Amino acid sequence: MDWNFIIFSVVKIAVVISVLLTLVAYSVLAERKIAAWIQDRPGPNRVAPPFVKYIPVLGPFLTRIGFFQPMADALKSVLKEDFTPAGVKKIYFWLAPAIAVIPALLTVAVIPFGSVMGGQKMVIADLNVGILYTFGIVSLGVYGIVLAGYSANSKYPFLGGIRSSAQMISYEIAMGMSVIPVLLIAGNLNLSGIITWQTTHGWLICYAPISFVIFLVSAFAETNRTPFDFAEAEQELAGGYNVEYSSMKFALFPLGEYSAMLASAGMMVTLFFGGWTLPFWGLDQPAQSLGMGVAHILVFLVKMLLFMLLFIWVRWMFPRFRYDQLMDLGWRRFLPLALANILITAVVLWIRS
Amino acid sequence: MAIIVNRKKLNFWEKLYLPAIVGGFKVTLRHAYNTLFRGKTVTMEYPEQKWTVPENYRGAPYLVKDQDGDTKCVSCQLCEFVCPPKAIRITPPGDSGLKPDRTNAEKMPLEFEINMLRCIYCGFCQEVCPEEAIFLQKDWSHIGTNRAQMIYNKEKLLSLGGVSPGIQKWKHKLDEAKAQENFPVKL
Repeated sequence: MDWNFIIFSVVKIAVVISVLLTLVAYSVLAERKIAAWIQDRPGPNRVAPPFVKYIPVLGPFLTRIGFFQPMADALKSVLKEDFTPAGVKKIYFWLAPAIAVIPALLTVAVIPFGSVMGGQKMVIADLNVGILYTFGIVSLGVYGIVLAGYSANSKYPFLGGIRSSAQMISYEIAMGMSVIPVLLIAGNLNLSGIITWQTTHGWLICYAPISFVIFLVSAFAETNRTPFDFAEAEQELAGGYNVEYSSMKFALFPLGEYSAMLASAGMMVTLFFGGWTLPFWGLDQPAQSLGMGVAHILVFLVKMLLFMLLFIWVRWMFPRFRYDQLMDLGWRRFLPLALANILITAVVLWIRS
Repeated sequence: MAIIVNRKKLNFWEKLYLPAIVGGFKVTLRHAYNTLFRGKTVTMEYPEQKWTVPENYRGAPYLVKDQDGDTKCVSCQLCEFVCPPKAIRITPPGDSGLKPDRTNAEKMPLEFEINMLRCIYCGFCQEVCPEEAIFLQKDWSHIGTNRAQMIYNKEKLLSLGGVSPGIQKWKHKLDEAKAQENFPVKL
């Protein structure tokens, strides 16, 4: 047993999970703020602990941008009554929120969020089958929603669950297919390996733009974001699968959703945008010093948060697709397109070799 | 009869959703920019900013004083009688009660309470008042931490109501009465 490995892994896991959960909390704030700005509103701008008003300039500014709102939200989720309606299937009802969150957190394990720091690779598990692992785990996330819809014993959650399951099979395949050209080009399933390939050859977005488009749209569907948020569908299903949930059990669903968004943003950055690297300032080689290690992590975070911004922005831009339009898009457009993409990439690579 | 809706055939670009995506980004970016940097919000930040209500607005009814600072109400209880939600409650002075502020007025209320939780701002009290002592004013926001605080008493109503100058009916009656005393004008 290598104790060094275990201790460092535990530390990495603790840090990554806490950073991820903080990012989730502030993503919710960003979501609310950006929604507000797009809809001509100021957004959350009131919540602050009492001492903040004594801080000169900074205090009012932080209050204004809603800096303390996530804390209030978290506190509210914990303190609210946790109500279990009569007639729910209790085991599944309790299991569903956990199943919605855990896969989203597990996906983060294989994503390299930095190069090297203190002799440690900045990835929790440097798996050789990183992408396969990701796809395997991510598909589990839907069971949380389906179970929530099924166990609630109520019509709207049920419809939400059904929609969610249909949506997942429509998109999972196109998403998986879309990544294959990337693997063909990079010749590696290890995410760190893909990043290393990109440092020498340039970002994969230039080689596989169609893959990226399919992956991006599928990621929207995968994470249940507008324009594909059928499972939630506030206006049609009054909240969908989470109607019967309250308190922390309810809060776990958004937590899972935003974690999944962060994870898929991280995946897109890793697969198509060079992960923690930047092609200039010598940021494309593994770090020699601590400072460079931190810089790599920051580069990764910035790239990831830009994708989060895109996710959030798009939500306030488009109306929801119709149920059958999504199926149509998934099966009849993206699947053939992804297959053709694989074929063309393979042929081009074969001619070149 | 079925109505046939003419659907426009989408061209290639429109089928790719690309113009819609670009348009969406443009519109949302414009709105976000206007909100963030030009302060063009459609909302009002309530406790700091408040509506200016129109002149004929019917807000909460308050008691008013005349220009001499005297209570106008004579405790006739017409408003209490007419009040549809029974929000007004008047305690008359009784046989040997409070003397009115104004000379020659018969009486004034010992206590005058309006329950602002019940009041519907209908304006019947203002309509019925023979003394023009109660008016609907422009207040629409009443804050209290319990029900008891929402029952406004005479003192509070008078201080909120302010002064409403007008014909001082009872003062003129007094003047007339005094003039009566030396009526056959001696030349």
